[in-house]
Amino acid sequence: MSELRQIAFYGKGGIGKSTTSQNTLASMAHYFDQNIMIVGCDPKADSTRLILHEKAQSTILQLAAEMGTVEDLELEDACKPGAGIFAPDAPGGWINCTESGGPEPGVGCAGRGVITAINFLEEEGAYEEEGLNFVSYDVLGDVVCGGFAMPIREGKAQEIYIVMSGEMMAMYAANNISKGILKYANTGGVRLAGLICNARMTDREYDLATALAKDLGTQMIHFVPRNNIVQHAELRRMTVVEYSPYSDQALEYKELARKIIKNDMKVIPTPLEMDDLEDLLMEFGLEEEADEDNVGKAAEA
Amino acid sequence: MGPETLESKQRAAVEEVLKAYPAKAAKNRAKHLGVGGPEDESQKTCGNVRSNKKTVPGVMSQRGCAYAGSKGVVWGPVKDMIHISHGPIGCGQYSRAGRRNYYIGTTGVDTFVTMNFSSDFQEKDIVFGGDKKLAVCLEEIDALFPLNNGISVQSECPIGLIGDDINATSKVYAKKSGKTIVPVNCEGFRGVSQSLGHHIANDTVRDYVFDAEVDTLGEPIEQTDYDVAIIGDYNIGGDAWSSRILLEEMGLRVVAQWSGDATLKEMAATPKVKLNLLHCYRSMNYISRHMEKEFGIPWMEYNFFGPTQTIKSLRKIASFFDESIQQKCEEVIAKYQPMVDGVINKYKPRLEGKQVMLFVGGLRPRHVIGAYEDLGMEVIGTGYEFAHDDDYKRTKDEIMRSTVIYDDVNEYELEAFVKKLQPDLVASGIKEKYVFQKMGLPYRQMHSWDYSGPYHGYDGFAIFAKDMDLAINSPVWAHTKAPWDKTEAEA
Repeated sequence: MSELRQIAFYGKGGIGKSTTSQNTLASMAHYFDQNIMIVGCDPKADSTRLILHEKAQSTILQLAAEMGTVEDLELEDACKPGAGIFAPDAPGGWINCTESGGPEPGVGCAGRGVITAINFLEEEGAYEEEGLNFVSYDVLGDVVCGGFAMPIREGKAQEIYIVMSGEMMAMYAANNISKGILKYANTGGVRLAGLICNARMTDREYDLATALAKDLGTQMIHFVPRNNIVQHAELRRMTVVEYSPYSDQALEYKELARKIIKNDMKVIPTPLEMDDLEDLLMEFGLEEEADEDNVGKAAEA
Repeated sequence: MGPETLESKQRAAVEEVLKAYPAKAAKNRAKHLGVGGPEDESQKTCGNVRSNKKTVPGVMSQRGCAYAGSKGVVWGPVKDMIHISHGPIGCGQYSRAGRRNYYIGTTGVDTFVTMNFSSDFQEKDIVFGGDKKLAVCLEEIDALFPLNNGISVQSECPIGLIGDDINATSKVYAKKSGKTIVPVNCEGFRGVSQSLGHHIANDTVRDYVFDAEVDTLGEPIEQTDYDVAIIGDYNIGGDAWSSRILLEEMGLRVVAQWSGDATLKEMAATPKVKLNLLHCYRSMNYISRHMEKEFGIPWMEYNFFGPTQTIKSLRKIASFFDESIQQKCEEVIAKYQPMVDGVINKYKPRLEGKQVMLFVGGLRPRHVIGAYEDLGMEVIGTGYEFAHDDDYKRTKDEIMRSTVIYDDVNEYELEAFVKKLQPDLVASGIKEKYVFQKMGLPYRQMHSWDYSGPYHGYDGFAIFAKDMDLAINSPVWAHTKAPWDKTEAEA
């Protein structure tokens, strides 16, 4: 049995992390027979719905709260096998699904929730499942506090894939996440493994993503084109791989899955200073040089 | 070289103590250590020490936190209210009933000071927020203890970290129940010591007791011209009671006592008194100043430790009132004089010339000096845990001679000073006690009077004198040396 690989998907909120990660992981299981456990680390708990064909699964924290304490919770209650082709008895690799869950917006501490949930999975031996090849963390938005950095601390995910696009804010977020990785890289051994460009079809998107990847010292591992079939599949709470395995889009995810499985480029990122990032955006026409005379001036009537 | 003066010896001790530090720490601590001279106008504070600054990391401080200042000091002793330690269980349990704030009442029925109410946060409360749990706590308290007159919510650290809105929860329940619910944002990580907790708690008294016009049971209190309030006496071992009788004997009416043995109703009635008598300036000056500004009530800091200071304070208090009070004041002083003489005659010969080093919180580092001097003892070093510069300014008026002043002293410094200055008695807090006792030094714990007290007023002085004698002249000190270490003369 090959060694367990732990990977994580980070990226700006709304960039399509959960969709991209589920489609990619589905391809890894379906086409390449990899056995996977998904650890959703987002209070929204939408990291496993396409694999389970469900709206949202019961989360570790929700179940723990109902039982009183997390110590009372059993792994079987919180970890669900995938539906359809991802079930343990279906041919190809299987996918197990867990969601950390968390508080409703505006209360409590979601970061602490992620820590609690991951500790629970480790203590309950979720990572020691027979035949498990990959653990994948799907983490919300940005690395805003210690809790959301949990998956990149020592002994957790070693490979980080940042989902981004050619939009300015997605690039900022990618750079910020790289800073988070850098912080833990020396103590914990986490590495940046590549940028996944989830195309928005903005101008020169491919070139921009490649340039940013280069500056960060990594690769743009795959450019996933935009295709409505992803949304059609989502309406049925399915991945494209299951919905239409021979579609072009499914083959894109298959290619991304192959690249991740074969990926051996794992680097300590070299995040950009704010000025350099602005320069890069300007170079690709995403931002214009600010005219110092006009800064702070309202539009003329 | 001329004759070595006390002051030069003390200055040398300060320099010597600072030598142990690395440069940066020495620079920091040098600002907090000094030698104070009485009536030395060149000194901005006593010994020119700075105060109310962050403790040097890595040294053992004797300080507490903002939660300790609010729950442990200001709010905790209010006896007819229930004070919830909101957060994990530790803060509440380890601060429970530790301060000996005496009170009259039936615990668990109409008074609750020595009980521990905690929301007992679990991991899920951190993750999902504890506001709902707090709402349940408030309901349960009223169901189980219907005679409580209000509830305060004392925030522990996690409340501030996860951003729970205890103010909103309290407001909702206050509206629903018609009761006084006081949310106190006194998270332990705020500020440099318990001092900020006092201030935060004072502000909540202003907002939730004065401004809210508390609904109190029973007849309203009829005002008289002789109404006073005792502010900042926490009734440790009954201190406030032994103070209160003196005021009553001189014809004043004590309508409120804060916050030792206090009730919410008394506190709410305080803005109508004629004079606020402030005992612990550090922890309650804020609310006293507020009442002065808002309601025109004068306040004065008084000192009921030892007969000299007590008499001085009694006369000063009387001077705020008419001649009848002033006359009765003299009668009170005369009445107790034989008792004072008896105490001094008995103990002064046994304690004369003994030297004391103090390190306490609040007001005691300056207020108890007079009591020691009444017994013929000398205070050669003193310092505060959490004072501000105005406390040290006030200290200048209390010391009789050159005195080593140490602000926020740490374990190492206090031990070093004691070794160098060789006092006959160390009078300090709970944490330091055993260090000095194991050194074979007489020690009195002056934080809660070492399970004794009261020490305030005339009655308190008698107990104070007895306790100091007990510590210093105990025959046990003759046995601190092993037989084989004794010189022939000692043996």
